[in-house]
Parts: sequence; structure tokens; C-alpha cells
Amino acid sequence: MTEKTDFLNGNVACAEGAIAAGCRFFAGYPITPSTEIAERMAARLPKIGGTFVQMEDELASVAAIIGGSWAGARTMTATSGPGFSLMMENIGYAAMTETPIVIINVQRGGPSTGQPTKAAQGDMLQCRYGSHGDYSIIALSPSSVQEMFDLTVRAFNLADRFRTPVFLMADETIGHMREKVSLHSDVEIIPRRELKEGELPCAPDENGVPGFGTFGNGHNIHITGLTHSENGYPSTDSAEVHEQLIRRQVGKIEDFRNEIADVDIVNPDAEYIFISYGAPTRTVRQLMADVPETYGHLNLRIVWPFPDESLLAFKNAKAFIIPEMNLGQIAKEVRQYTNIPIVIVPKLGGALHTPAELKKAAEVAKTVTKPMTEVRL
Amino acid sequence: MNLEDWYRQDRLPHIYCAGCGNGTVLNCTLRAVQELGFRQEETTFISGIGCSSRASGYTSSDSLHTTHGRALAFATGVKLVKPHQHVIVFTGDGDCSAIGGNHFIHACRRNIDLTVVCINNNIYGMTGGQGSPCTPYGAITTTTPYGMHEQPFDLCKLAEAAGANYVARWTSYHVKELTEAIRSGLEVPGLSFIEVMTQCPTSFGSKNKMRLATQMIDMFRENAVLKVKADRDTAAGKPLEPGKFIVGEFVRRHNPPLGVEESK
Repeated sequence: MTEKTDFLNGNVACAEGAIAAGCRFFAGYPITPSTEIAERMAARLPKIGGTFVQMEDELASVAAIIGGSWAGARTMTATSGPGFSLMMENIGYAAMTETPIVIINVQRGGPSTGQPTKAAQGDMLQCRYGSHGDYSIIALSPSSVQEMFDLTVRAFNLADRFRTPVFLMADETIGHMREKVSLHSDVEIIPRRELKEGELPCAPDENGVPGFGTFGNGHNIHITGLTHSENGYPSTDSAEVHEQLIRRQVGKIEDFRNEIADVDIVNPDAEYIFISYGAPTRTVRQLMADVPETYGHLNLRIVWPFPDESLLAFKNAKAFIIPEMNLGQIAKEVRQYTNIPIVIVPKLGGALHTPAELKKAAEVAKTVTKPMTEVRL
Repeated sequence: MNLEDWYRQDRLPHIYCAGCGNGTVLNCTLRAVQELGFRQEETTFISGIGCSSRASGYTSSDSLHTTHGRALAFATGVKLVKPHQHVIVFTGDGDCSAIGGNHFIHACRRNIDLTVVCINNNIYGMTGGQGSPCTPYGAITTTTPYGMHEQPFDLCKLAEAAGANYVARWTSYHVKELTEAIRSGLEVPGLSFIEVMTQCPTSFGSKNKMRLATQMIDMFRENAVLKVKADRDTAAGKPLEPGKFIVGEFVRRHNPPLGVEESK
């Protein structure tokens, strides 16, 4: 195993992870605080037989990586807030056409232009629900530079296995901070399954996922964002065809949510449990180190589909304390799966939670009786 | 391959209205592809949304029917990953120059090796006949009930100014010239833009005193001025008469293209 240790920022580690995973096509548009990913890909891809293209906007970036994916490449784009909003149209197209793509969102403060250089987690619901219609996706959340590398690799494997857009929902803190990182060059690659001869291009296998008819390989298939039958042809009038298609596309991810799940469960016997993902995980870990054996912790490396069964690990839980750099987006998802009181600890503006703030929230948690309580910092 | 083999036979008949010109344009495109002897597996058709863009569903090789206005951006990804692929884009006047206008000028600027067949019927046909950026001044549509009071685009001038290597305009009346132009477009490296004026008797003609397809085709025949004649007239100080438009090959140049294997 070849392994190189380096000291990089999260965005650069992400680009290196993409390259290790075999990504050979990147289309993007400059935007703070994600731009280093595009810059790294622009420098690296031409030297290893890949292609970088700077598109005219983020709509075009997603369109180009979908086209590149159908041409057979592992493809990726990277953006932040306003660019992410522009991507929603073709994210829906990728979901409907079951195109594997990877989208990195280095989140910043929003809405609108907001805080370009400050960290946030305000796009967590947008990445799940931002395009129109019913669909499902997979979203990962890194909390270290090493995870920017490792989870980017994982994102490509999940995209190919489930034939879906996969999001790496990072934030400005993780994207811009520097840490030691191991750059493995022989990472595990799980390739997409090529369409077999005689197989219909949109007919599911036993996992609900059709074979991928790479363009140029002689499959001669038609791919459309219209509601389509198993042969790929438009079929927009039949309620049955539409319902079957959408339920299969959602089910191929949601039915596997606990297989997809990637969580850390610490002190499962504790009564007061922190749930976190991304940058706030770092503060929770600091608090856990400061006062060991006091709190439980559920860290989510995969946020969507939400790993509901992981909540069951905390048998003595009296409250879930959820620090997020938004007004409680994932807390609302947790609410759906538990009757245990929830304490949300929103923090806006770009600074991380401090251990003292989380400790204060844990004290509040001991007194709550309502289903949902907000701690104002 | 025969011409018929380039059609996805089990998708026919097509959804186009009686008298629509889109079938003619599809036929000319596939004839050009057939004459060049392309193989199915090296030919990809890509389209956006609208009447024009349904054309990709009737071709027998790999095809991608994408989102409104974005076909060129999708095609850019396909072509850059597989430069040996012949990538042909079907688009319309609304798809290409309204919602897709930015992608259009940037694809031309990149001079990426795609062949773009833009079916210009002066209207949004699929949604029932609204005005487009190519609706002639004064024309009646459902969203310009008192006559279009904005100036239309000249798509060929736009493509030329933005950097396309090959630019031509013909009509659904000029089938031989159109087939030849698409063929030339496929042969010239870089972005080739072929605008085809086509009749939409259902939504455009019916509101503008050309209810019959034949009336619209007669109008094309009478109003299309060959570029050589237009150039002669211009040199003699004679301006183009109102309602007339120029057809022919406007640009054939060899600026460095993107997405061609050798130059990659």
C-alpha cells in the first residue's frame, strides 16, 4: 500500500481523494469557500489523463458532470451556497436518470450571498429536498481533513453502487483548516455495474438499481428526465409507471439506509447524548475528552439517508443534544424517530461551538420536559 | 447502415403535429450522419426540452434528453470525456437562445467540437405557442397578443461573434442544402451551428395568416435570400427587404477547437 502523509487543507484533501477514487472529469465554477477544490483539480487532472473544465455557471457544471458520467467517467463538481442553489435543477435530473455524480458543498453562511468566508451547515435540508418532486440522495459529512479525503472516496463508491447523486456536505472550517492527512493511493473502488446484453436500461436488479449503459459501449439507449418505462422511453401518462419508478428510485436508497449508515457511537449507556455531524463533532469530542464518561455521542458521517436505527443504541437516553451550525435542520429529522426530548443548540455566524457552550446545553438538557427545547447561546 | 436504421423504429410514429417541420430536420440530420458513414456506437444525440428536443428520442444510437436549455452543457461533458464521440445536439430557438443563451454563447466561445442543429420555429411550440427570443417583430403569439414588440435574435450572428467554427442557416424547404450543411458541420472541427427555419403551422402559422404548412414553406421559399445574392445586394447598397432573411453558409474557419482528441 502506497501512502503519503501530507499537511493539507480540507479542500485540497478532498481533491486528492477524488483523484485517488478515479475521478477523471471535473466541471466547476469558482466560489468561496470551495474554490481550492477546483484549483487543485485544474492543476492535477491534465497530468493524469483527466479533464478539467471551468463552466459558465453551476447549472452547466452539474450538466457537464452528468454528461461526463454517461460517457463513462467518475465525475465531480464542487461549490458553496449560492452555487448549490443553482445546481438544484440538474440534481433532480441526475436523480431521475439515476446518474452517479459527486457534488461537494463547502457550506457557508446563507441565505443568498450571506457570509462567503464563514462556516455554516445551512444547506442540509436543501441537499436532501432542494430539487422538485420526490427523490432520495446520499449525503456525507466530514469533520476532519482526513475525512475530506476518505469520505470523498466513499462518495464515489456510493454514487456508483446506488446510481445516485452523492453529496459531501463539508463546511468552510473543515475545507480551510490544515491537518495531517494520509493520502492512500490504492483506495477501495466499487465500480458501477455495466448494463448486461439483453437487460433493459431502466429495469432494476435485486437491489433496485439498473445496470449502467455507458454511452459509446454499443447499448444504444435513450435516457430522459421524463417519467420513463424500463426500456428508458418516455411514458408520462401512466400513473402506474410514474409511481413505480419514483418508489423504486426512492426505495433503492431509503430501504438500505441502515446499510449505508456510517456512525460513531460513544458511551451508549449515557443519559445525555450529543448528536453531531461535521465541524460541531470536533467540539463534542473536545468536551468528551475534557469530561470523560459523562455524555454519550452519536457522530454521523452519513447524514442522508438518516440512520434512524443508530438512535436505538442509546438505551438510557434522557435527552438528545444537537449542536448544529443552522437553526436545527437535522434535529427535526431526529425528532421523527424518537420521543426522547431534544435540545437544539443552533449557532449561526461562522464560529464553532465552544466546549463551554455545549456543557451549558447539557445542563439545560437535565431539566427539559418539552419535546424540543432550544438553547440560545 | 441504412437511413432507416438511424431511426429508433419502435418509437415511431413521432409526437409532432401534422405539418410540423421537425421531422424534415431530423431526416436531414440522420441522412448527413448516414452519408458520413458514422457508426452507432460513436454517435451520441443530445437535446434539451421542447418540440425540437424530442428529436433525440427518435434516433437509434445513445441519446440524452436533458433539461431545458442545458443540452450544450451536458454535451460538453460527454465530448470532453469521450473526444472520439460524434456529438450532435438538437435544440430550438427558445431552448437555445432564451433559457440556454448563456450555455450557447459559451459553447461557441469554447469552440467545442459539437454539431448543433437549432430548429427555429419562432415560437415555444410544446407549451402552446408563446413568444420566443426569435419571434419576428410584430408577430402574434399567445404571449404577444398585440404583436411582438421586442427585436429578435439573429442566432447565426450570435454564434459567429461568440466563436463558432461553422455557422449556416437553411430552412425546412431547403432539404438538400440543409443536409449538406449538417454534413459540413459534422466534418469541421469545433462548434458547428446550423439554424433551420421550420414551420409550426399549429401554433405560429395559425396566428399569423399561415394556417397551412404549405403557406409557411412558401413563405420560406419566397423570403430566403441566398447569402451570395445578399452579399451582392449589400455591395450595391441595396438593403435586405423587410421580412426577408439570409440563408447559406456564414462561417467556415479553423480556430483551435476544444474536445478534439489531437488537441486535447
